[in-house]
Amino acid sequence: MEEILELRHISYSYHTMDGETPALADISFSMKEGEFVAVVGPSGCGKSTLLSLISGLLEPAAGQIRIRGRDSKESATNIGYMLQHDQLFEWRTIYNNVILGLEVQHMLTAKARQKAHELLDTYGLAQFENARPSQLSGGMRQRAALVRTLVLEPDLLLLDEPFSALDYQTRLRVGDDIGQIIRREKKTAILVTHDLSEAVSLADRVIILGPRPASIIQTVPLIFGAGADTPLGRRDAPEFKTYFNLIWKELNSNE
Amino acid sequence: MNSSISKAQLLYLRRQRARRAAVLAARILLLAGFLSLWEYCAGRGIIDSFIFSSPSKIALCFAGMARDGSIFRHMWVTLLETVTSFLLVTAVSMLAAVILWLCPRLSEVLDPYMVVLNSLPKSALAPLLIVWLGARTRTIIVAGMSVAVFGSILTLYTAFCGVDPEKLKLIRTLRGTRIQALTKAVIPSSIPALVSTMKVNIGLCLVGVVIGEFLAAREGLGYLIIYASQTFKLDWLIMSILLLCIMALLLYAVIGLAERICLRRR
Repeated sequence: MEEILELRHISYSYHTMDGETPALADISFSMKEGEFVAVVGPSGCGKSTLLSLISGLLEPAAGQIRIRGRDSKESATNIGYMLQHDQLFEWRTIYNNVILGLEVQHMLTAKARQKAHELLDTYGLAQFENARPSQLSGGMRQRAALVRTLVLEPDLLLLDEPFSALDYQTRLRVGDDIGQIIRREKKTAILVTHDLSEAVSLADRVIILGPRPASIIQTVPLIFGAGADTPLGRRDAPEFKTYFNLIWKELNSNE
Repeated sequence: MNSSISKAQLLYLRRQRARRAAVLAARILLLAGFLSLWEYCAGRGIIDSFIFSSPSKIALCFAGMARDGSIFRHMWVTLLETVTSFLLVTAVSMLAAVILWLCPRLSEVLDPYMVVLNSLPKSALAPLLIVWLGARTRTIIVAGMSVAVFGSILTLYTAFCGVDPEKLKLIRTLRGTRIQALTKAVIPSSIPALVSTMKVNIGLCLVGVVIGEFLAAREGLGYLIIYASQTFKLDWLIMSILLLCIMALLLYAVIGLAERICLRRR
């Protein structure tokens, strides 16, 4: 399969009047089309910075990001970004929130509208199209946020702790839910999280970052038996604990 | 729906209604009590009705001026000037706040000047405005604006800057421009701040207009106040002040109504 994303020796520092804070140091990895990668690491290690760099919100201090073999600045690949909080606008209905990206990119065609309606329908939000975000539960809001991202038909999805604002029970369910949606849509995705069980239950591969300035400590490919094909199913699989402990040990040995 | 209301809830509702009625009654009584005490003291000579006037004298005075329509013309002039300067303040401060938000460098440079202009007592500007613009309606409208506009710009700009940075990040992740961040995120989330600024501004514009009329008018309630004080017609003076009270109340109520309609639609 084609490589959709390649990071080569990426470094990044934050600058303030008080000094320079190195956030990322020499990060290199690549991803294949359709792969789901989770990035874990201690909090404040620069995980979110990584996504901002890939999406082009920030420019790396050193190194190169290539998307589908081209420099990320020239790339026409559509990148979807899901933030920690859903950021649905209260003054818009759910439908109008979902088409915000289309509106911003001037792509609000009849076909795109149709697609928005279909996605809302597929993910159980059809009856809430005209509802306000505050009328929805946390899980449904996060789904609406996902639809807002998916309607732009991204080739690469960046998920920045999208479940961390939810309570534990909702988080498990929404994680399972959104994990399956991403699989079904065959999206390539990078999930940044500090929740190891979330990473193990969702990803094909876990990249472990060290404390700041973060570099890659280890990459753990996850291989589960045939029965564990959903995130919740994986949590019950025997491999789950093995992987969890492995990643846990790696993280703590570098504290 | 009604059948499902419990007894305790009914009792609670009744208490709340009774409380609200009591507050309203107390308010009316306070006004009525004040007016009758005033009338009584003036009639009995406890206070000098030449200086303090009395409700009945004011009413007579109003009736007299209503007959030839002159009082309505004064009220109309003041109202028109206030509303015009209010609308201009709203438009100008919105535009200025947008420009400042779009050019952070500019706002950084202008910040101390805005603070100074905002703290300056605007009544000090009025004589200057008369010299520059002449003694006419235009001057009074500008005087009205000068009181409100700087504070309004600062409040709106602060509200714009207070928008959740994650909302702006969302627009950026959707590949939106800064203008789109403004129109899609910043302005809609600043609507409550805009409405509360408007509530403050309508009062301030009235203040500025009256100051302007003190100095540069031949019509309007501010003019009437100055004229009455110079000719010692204190009935006129106090009546004008009362009319200003009523006008301020009504203007505020109109904005409040607009706010409620606007919020219901959201």
